[in-house]
Amino acid sequence: MRLLRNALLAGVAICAFASTAAMAAEKLVVVTSFPKTLTTPFEKGFEAMYPDIDVEVINKSTSSSVKYIQETASSNTSDIFWASAPDAFEVLKSDSLLIKSGVSNAKIPSDVGGYPINDPDGFYNGFAAAGYGIMHNERYLAAKNLEPAKEWDDLAKAEYFGHVGMSAPSRSGTTHLTVETVLQGDGWEEGWEKWKFIAGNFSNVTERSFGVPDGVNSGQFGLGIVIDFFGLASKASGFPVDFVYPSTTAIVPANVGVIANAPNEEAAKAFISYLLSVEGQELLMLPEIRRLPVNADAYFTAPEGFPNPFDGSIQASVNFDVNTSGDRYNVVNSLFDVMITYRLDDLREAVRAVQMAEEKLGDADNAQAKALIAEARALIAEVPIDEATSLDPDFSGIFKKKRKKATDVVEGRQAEIEQQWDEKVVANYKRATELANEAASLL
Amino acid sequence: MDTTTQDAGGKPGIKRSLTDRIFPSLSGTALAAIFIATLLFGFLILPVAKVIYVAFLDPNSGALTLQNFGDFFSSSLFRESFFNSFYVSAMSVVLASVFALPLAYITSRFEFSGAMLIQSLGFIPLIMPPFVGAIAMQLLFGRNGSINLLLAQYGINIPFMEGLNGVILVQSVHYFPFILINLSTSLRNIDRSMEESAQNLGAHGLRLFRRVVFPLAAPGYLAGASLVFIKVFDDLGTPLLLNVNNMLAPQAYLRISSIGISDPMGYVISFILVAFSVFSLWASFLLMRGKDYATTQKGGGGLSRRKLSTRENIGAYGIVIAILLLVLSPHIALGLLAFGTIWSYSPLPDGYTLENFNTMFGQSGQYIKNTLIYAGAAAFLDIVLATAIAYIVLRTKIVGRKWLDYMATAALAVPGVVLGIGYLRTFNDFEVPFVGKPLASWWVIIVVALMIRRLPYALRACTAALQQVSQSLEEAAENLGATRSRTIRKVVIPLMSGGILAGFVTSFATAAVELSATIMLVSSDSDAPLAYGIYLFMQTPSGRGAGAALGILAVVIVAAGTMLAQCIIDRERKARTGEH
Repeated sequence: MRLLRNALLAGVAICAFASTAAMAAEKLVVVTSFPKTLTTPFEKGFEAMYPDIDVEVINKSTSSSVKYIQETASSNTSDIFWASAPDAFEVLKSDSLLIKSGVSNAKIPSDVGGYPINDPDGFYNGFAAAGYGIMHNERYLAAKNLEPAKEWDDLAKAEYFGHVGMSAPSRSGTTHLTVETVLQGDGWEEGWEKWKFIAGNFSNVTERSFGVPDGVNSGQFGLGIVIDFFGLASKASGFPVDFVYPSTTAIVPANVGVIANAPNEEAAKAFISYLLSVEGQELLMLPEIRRLPVNADAYFTAPEGFPNPFDGSIQASVNFDVNTSGDRYNVVNSLFDVMITYRLDDLREAVRAVQMAEEKLGDADNAQAKALIAEARALIAEVPIDEATSLDPDFSGIFKKKRKKATDVVEGRQAEIEQQWDEKVVANYKRATELANEAASLL
Repeated sequence: MDTTTQDAGGKPGIKRSLTDRIFPSLSGTALAAIFIATLLFGFLILPVAKVIYVAFLDPNSGALTLQNFGDFFSSSLFRESFFNSFYVSAMSVVLASVFALPLAYITSRFEFSGAMLIQSLGFIPLIMPPFVGAIAMQLLFGRNGSINLLLAQYGINIPFMEGLNGVILVQSVHYFPFILINLSTSLRNIDRSMEESAQNLGAHGLRLFRRVVFPLAAPGYLAGASLVFIKVFDDLGTPLLLNVNNMLAPQAYLRISSIGISDPMGYVISFILVAFSVFSLWASFLLMRGKDYATTQKGGGGLSRRKLSTRENIGAYGIVIAILLLVLSPHIALGLLAFGTIWSYSPLPDGYTLENFNTMFGQSGQYIKNTLIYAGAAAFLDIVLATAIAYIVLRTKIVGRKWLDYMATAALAVPGVVLGIGYLRTFNDFEVPFVGKPLASWWVIIVVALMIRRLPYALRACTAALQQVSQSLEEAAENLGATRSRTIRKVVIPLMSGGILAGFVTSFATAAVELSATIMLVSSDSDAPLAYGIYLFMQTPSGRGAGAALGILAVVIVAAGTMLAQCIIDRERKARTGEH
């Protein structure tokens, strides 16, 4: 009996010792959505600088990361959240799951292409930037006798019907910024019209943002709206693809922040300082990472032809208003899904009918047909709500569902409103198809 | 097998006498039932309820309400999604049956030398690694896939993969082994004397098939078909990767996992998925009710097998090879992707290389080990639980026993994300003694998640197997003085072994490539399974080949594991029949 008890005690002692030994080596747990090709150089560089800190990287998709951090908050084991989409950080910030790191670097300007690099409240830092553009498959375009599209407007041309791919803004925070940039640049009505006529040429709305480069690489569709590093990394891996920045594009920062109750807060701050230092920033220009540093000094060692958002070699659309974007964040996502993602077949049919009618019309002077086509275009373009409504806090509150207090009451439900939109959108697309066909029959 | 018996038969020996003293009125099986019910409640119902609860909350006031369900049925998008899901599931069952019936018929009805080929290759489609499987299908059958590129010179384009067609094709290829495995097992278990009696009484050909063979094989076919139906109805990965949104499961997923949106409709849809699956299961029970399909004698080898003439043999090979080529096409494409260099808008890759395997082996050692442990443990626990549940449901009179079956099967309908979030929510504050970690971030939770998610597969197989065992055999054993546990060990389980093996195979093979729940639960790279490794590779353009290579490795490992299990069971069966 005594022997048994001693053995048990020894076992407990060993377990206790092993766990304290594990505690002794400092561990820094990083939750990230970035691929290994990006995280490994930083992990190695940081560990070389701080040999007693062991960096452990946990890789999850952005939305899984957010859920993971939310659900494990009560006994948090993670130190850093490191991902692209600023909106994911906003969610964590509003749940009080991030703390102010207080880390900054004097060489980092306040904004890149009109978009502020750091969170104005100091809860997260931007550490790299990326620009949106158009990626195309050269074999695909050659086989279909198409020219690569250079500007966003080109993507709405009839010749690209069925050849374009994009992710949905509700699935990818960076795609959301592209959508919002066009809405702010062109105005609410015109912006949505542009998106709908581009979307009419969609082959797919992909579920993951990586689905777009994947589809272009394998030739499922010929052109894709992607973030620069996807396009350039695909090209570097040998795929017959290329990437162009349109003359104005959205430039978005990728971010890093310290999680509330981080077990190793000091190491977390040291990691962020390292990311922002020139030494860390230079790693971003490695061909397999290929992102734009936010520290202006890092560009001194940039390879020839490397785009620099601070000297104008890529142009961002001016004056991106973060507050506008934030206020209607979920409304824009929901509108895009209702009008485009979920009704893509109806939209494509309507847009195709208009394209065919316009082709048939050519330069002919048929006032009746022209009027019908214009009416069809207007029906397709129609947005169920105006810009003022999209920014009305009472209205956007329906989509947020974050009641601060139990007494807060919001009128209306998301599902109810989406159903109203859906009815209208489907009817409009159907009518537009009929009108366009009628116009074509007149010619 | 001993562990299986103890669980199935309750607590024999010492434990029984102890428990008899404490709970004199409870039998061993009742205790087992209580244990399983607690397990299912703790690891399935409670975590899922914690998540799905949101479906019953008014998002504006936080009060309890049914309004969200009203919204669901008044939304045309959701009604359309519901219809699409139903249509795709039904069509997938039809198409999967078209693949499975000829294969099962040929192997069990004729002396066919290719039977081994079907048995060993037939289950491989179940092992469809995440991401790469769908990409491989697109490269082969997509709008600009190999086949359509070859047909393009004749101006033909076949929309295999457009919209719902693509989902039906991929799902039926993927899940048809459920029908094949369960149906073959049933056919093998049919006693030859039944067929011979029917022939003596003058039944032949189609009539023989319709009146005798089909009813006797029906439990297996229905078990497989209901699995396919429910699985396709609830499956998320395939429609998502084919970018089909207008179905229920993707709608639920898109609404639950969008960043920052907490739309209750996602949870409403999850609830409806679970409820509908339980309903389908209940419907398949109704179909089987009042029909006694058990036969007392277990004739060796099933139906009598006819020799094929040379011409018939060639015909049979033709059919079998054509079907196998079709159902294995995703894996053929996966192989090309793994060994190919660049494959883009061309019928075949530009060149061939071993580089992808090199990259993959450099980074994936621990993933492989973890997968073997996780999937092996989960599948083993599954067959133990499934045998026990099947026995309790079919052989005891315990009140509410059917609910064990319903509960376990409901796991089919729980989206992996929901289960993952539920586990984090429920077990994060539960510290595991001596490990010093919350249960939610301990690797064992991944095994539990896989076990719960794959239990329905094992359960269908075991239930079908037990339905074919006549109760009179057990009664005879008990009349001869055998205790209940001895009867189970010596009579029931040996007779069920084919079904148990089928359950193990399906659970193991599908657990090895599961991603949706595990990605929520992986809390350190060293605990991650293989599917997670594929996910990591598939985030970069250069990782496509390496991800495919890891996928191929997964298929090889699972195939090897399955064959090993088959060999062990076969050897045991032979040893046992030698004994008696």
